Amino acid sequence: MNCQPIELTKGKTLNHPLLQVDNFHCERDDRILFRGVSFALDHGEILQVVGHNGCGKTTLLRSLCGLSSYAVGDVHWRGKSLAEAVSDFRREVLFHGHLPGVKALLTPRENLTWFVDVYCLGVGDIEAALAEVGLFGYEDVPCGSLSAGQLRRVALAKLLLSPATLWVLDEPFTAIDVHGIAMLQSLLQHHLAKGGAVLLTSHQAIDVPEVRSLNLEMFK
Amino acid sequence: MSAQGSLLRGVGATLRRELTLLWRRKSDSLNPLLFLLMVSSLFPLGVSPAPDVLALLSPGIIWVVALLACLLSTESMFRSDFDDGALELMLLNPQPLYFHLLVKVLAHWLLTGIPLALLSPFIALLLNLPSEAIAVLVISLALGTAPLVYIGAIGAALTVGLRRGGVLLSLIVLPLYVPVLIFGADAVKRAAEGAPALGQLAILAAFFMLSFALAPLAASGALKISVDA
Repeated sequence: MNCQPIELTKGKTLNHPLLQVDNFHCERDDRILFRGVSFALDHGEILQVVGHNGCGKTTLLRSLCGLSSYAVGDVHWRGKSLAEAVSDFRREVLFHGHLPGVKALLTPRENLTWFVDVYCLGVGDIEAALAEVGLFGYEDVPCGSLSAGQLRRVALAKLLLSPATLWVLDEPFTAIDVHGIAMLQSLLQHHLAKGGAVLLTSHQAIDVPEVRSLNLEMFK
Repeated sequence: MSAQGSLLRGVGATLRRELTLLWRRKSDSLNPLLFLLMVSSLFPLGVSPAPDVLALLSPGIIWVVALLACLLSTESMFRSDFDDGALELMLLNPQPLYFHLLVKVLAHWLLTGIPLALLSPFIALLLNLPSEAIAVLVISLALGTAPLVYIGAIGAALTVGLRRGGVLLSLIVLPLYVPVLIFGADAVKRAAEGAPALGQLAILAAFFMLSFALAPLAASGALKISVDA
């Protein structure tokens, strides 16, 4: 079935949306995973990509961020094509993938110090961020001795520190407990209220008002 | 903060982080040194303990073993970053990847190449290298291990996505090591004969500068391919 691109934003004609994706398609191992995927995402909006395992959710997110080249299409960032706006895009988009990106030999504080210096122009309160994700008292413990859920929390502390407008989150709820899920939900709401945007994949229902979903199975 | 200021800060953070990581994983930096010491000490036993034979062979032996020690340490360069996702964060960072890779490999060289050069006078005594060649040996290794490590970084970046990339890494990297080996060993040989070795050292210095300038470019392209697979 070849779907027509669906228009997911309403009434945004004059201004360019933050992120505009048109006609995204992905072919992998001689199979078409999806084609004709189009959507727009603006300040304060959250879009959840859903679909069964292996339908290309992660590939879509990774390709959008530039980590993969399997999926291609027209991407516009603030009205400019991605090729023109690549440095703005890098600065304003934070990708949080399956892997936490946390070095086991470093402490949470050291891990986040690098992140703040490279991603946030050196500005950020690491202690407050770690306390907020529930790691107060673990600032100087090597990450190798933390549990899987705590490692994910170290990675999630990056969301608090980052100045990025768009968060691209691939299965952010993996391995974290009920309190962690509630904490992340409130983080998402806070980010949206500040005018940020979120694109995420999750099998979990997101308890955020006005979450829209994009079912990749409709684009086979 | 100005763009240069924030770039300096970010690159400094990467250098500090890589040095800390290598320092906490000391066995990775000690491994090449032990390799150099042990393999060099086998030559008098296996080839000949005669001082004049060793003196003749030692420039080549030390250089070949140091080269293999560098190769040994390159495979792990991006391995843990690939496995824990730190590589994705590095690739997506808003600053130019070139400078971050430049200092990441620099940290690797500071903790493998430089110690190899510093250890080499002891190996030289062990293998009866004429004492007038020792200074040239240290300088040639200090200059020559940098291109070895930087070329190794290209190979490591290309093979990091493969589970068993070790053999492939050697196949890619060893042919590129040959020019460095030729000029490095020749510099020491000439110094041992009492001839001037400045020309060879100058060429090693040129390799040094070239590898600093170009290898991070190739490695960043290779890493993007490896992460994409």
